[in-house]
Amino acid sequence: MSTATHPTISFDIEIVRADFPVLNTLVNKYPLAYLDNGATSQKPKQVIDAIRRYYSEYNSNIHRGVHHLSQVATEAYEHSREKVRAFVNAASTKEIIFTKGTTDGINLIASSISHLLKPGKEVLISSMEHHSNIVPWQMACEKSGAKLRWIPMNDKGELVLDEIDTLINENTAIVAIMHVSNALGTINPIKEIIQKAQAVNALALIDGAQAVPHFKVDVQALDCDFYVFSAHKMLGPTGVGILYGKEKIMEKLPPYQGGGDMIKVVTLEKTTYNDLPLRFEAGTPNIEGGIVFAEAIDYMENLGHEAIEAYENQLMHYATAALSEIDGIKFYGTAENKAGVISFLIEGCHPYDTGFVLDKMGIAVRTGHHCAQPVMDFYKIPGTVRASFAFYNTFDEVDRLIAGLHKAKKMLS
Amino acid sequence: MSQIAEKEEEIIDAFEMYEDWNDKYEYLIDLAKTLPPFDPKYKTEDHLIHGCQSRVWLHADFDGEKVHYFADSEAMIPKGIVGMLVKVLSNEKPEDIAKAELGFIKEIGLTEHLSPNRSNGLVAMVRQMKNFAIEVLAK
Repeated sequence: MSTATHPTISFDIEIVRADFPVLNTLVNKYPLAYLDNGATSQKPKQVIDAIRRYYSEYNSNIHRGVHHLSQVATEAYEHSREKVRAFVNAASTKEIIFTKGTTDGINLIASSISHLLKPGKEVLISSMEHHSNIVPWQMACEKSGAKLRWIPMNDKGELVLDEIDTLINENTAIVAIMHVSNALGTINPIKEIIQKAQAVNALALIDGAQAVPHFKVDVQALDCDFYVFSAHKMLGPTGVGILYGKEKIMEKLPPYQGGGDMIKVVTLEKTTYNDLPLRFEAGTPNIEGGIVFAEAIDYMENLGHEAIEAYENQLMHYATAALSEIDGIKFYGTAENKAGVISFLIEGCHPYDTGFVLDKMGIAVRTGHHCAQPVMDFYKIPGTVRASFAFYNTFDEVDRLIAGLHKAKKMLS
Repeated sequence: MSQIAEKEEEIIDAFEMYEDWNDKYEYLIDLAKTLPPFDPKYKTEDHLIHGCQSRVWLHADFDGEKVHYFADSEAMIPKGIVGMLVKVLSNEKPEDIAKAELGFIKEIGLTEHLSPNRSNGLVAMVRQMKNFAIEVLAK
């Protein structure tokens, strides 16, 4: 067991954990230690109850009916949009588009800015992106003849910005970068990258899927053009995401998909599109998901961003120190600024086997390439074991992870 | 009792000796360590079993009478699982392999212990081994 001591906790962890019913589950007769929050977070009962309430009390389609239920549902949905606006400090709810998730938001932008992509133009990503911020741009470049370029990274898993002034140039149409790496935990210097993009009139899209669960994001302070994230990684339901898009840019972009809700007038010859944000929300959305997302935001804000961040930092430091004491461990992603994720391998133990043994002890981690194969290629490894944390994780769970890893090591080598 | 069924019985007996998961998987890992060496020239894309979370390679030979299987994996637990299948099916006649029911997988509780995406790997291993025997018979 680790020699590090458990620091003081700034909120009552037992009260918090009691809000998450799934944390009481037994897995293989052990209490669940859920350390796969980077994949998806667990949901508090406030969110679960809100889902039940929606379907039992006011399920109805939104933005269309004159009847009572439709009005209640529409109000709740738009109330949630306002919550999201305040959550990321957008200037207006016109800038908050509900999507299916982060991937959907990136695909929307890649499609709606296609008129800006042509031979001679460039799209800049980084070498640590999640596949969802690589593939849509590869597809857009293939279709348009634009060139895909990427910012390299170093052994610590940090972006190397030495060549940034060459990589971001007058031909750059858009820069699309992740705020926090899902595979390595690195917090990228996006403010600096956004400023460089602005200097050459390039657009800047930030994938914030792994950032919003861990710290406060202010899109106006960042001054990015687009910021995308998913509800399910921050206590909300799956199938709901947010695209923040600056109003003055979004109002010029053509719609992504056609259908109901995104129109003003349709004749058989021509359609007049709706105003922001509905212009980008064709068809009946995930109404329940959109509405209950507000509960997830409330939950996080009631705990407080600062308290969450401070506690998670303590957990990360404690876990990193404790893991360092395991012989033969190698960390992937040792940047100065990290959030939520510790990725590693233990010499002689394949990540699959390690994850398997941990599961037998009730400890859930992710193993594999984490949808970031270029990162694994960079380190020339098949994958890593990734422990990813949320504010409801405990120091005891970290101790169990360490014990589980000792056990795996003993069994496998 | 057929030879395949006898070998299945041996594995079931071995697993019955162990009460907890720990010992069962220790047995599997030990079995992985005793598999005969796998010729690296067969570590190619064609020999990969798709559906496994780690890379598992399978090679089969037919000597005119019996089929011989060789397998490897970069991870120990999949290697132990495929090793168990090699132990049961290797050095058997293709017609016996094709009709083998492999009830031992269920009896030793492996399907119960492996989650759906993992047991897809197990299903893929069995399918690929049987397919080879069926192809030999079809020739």
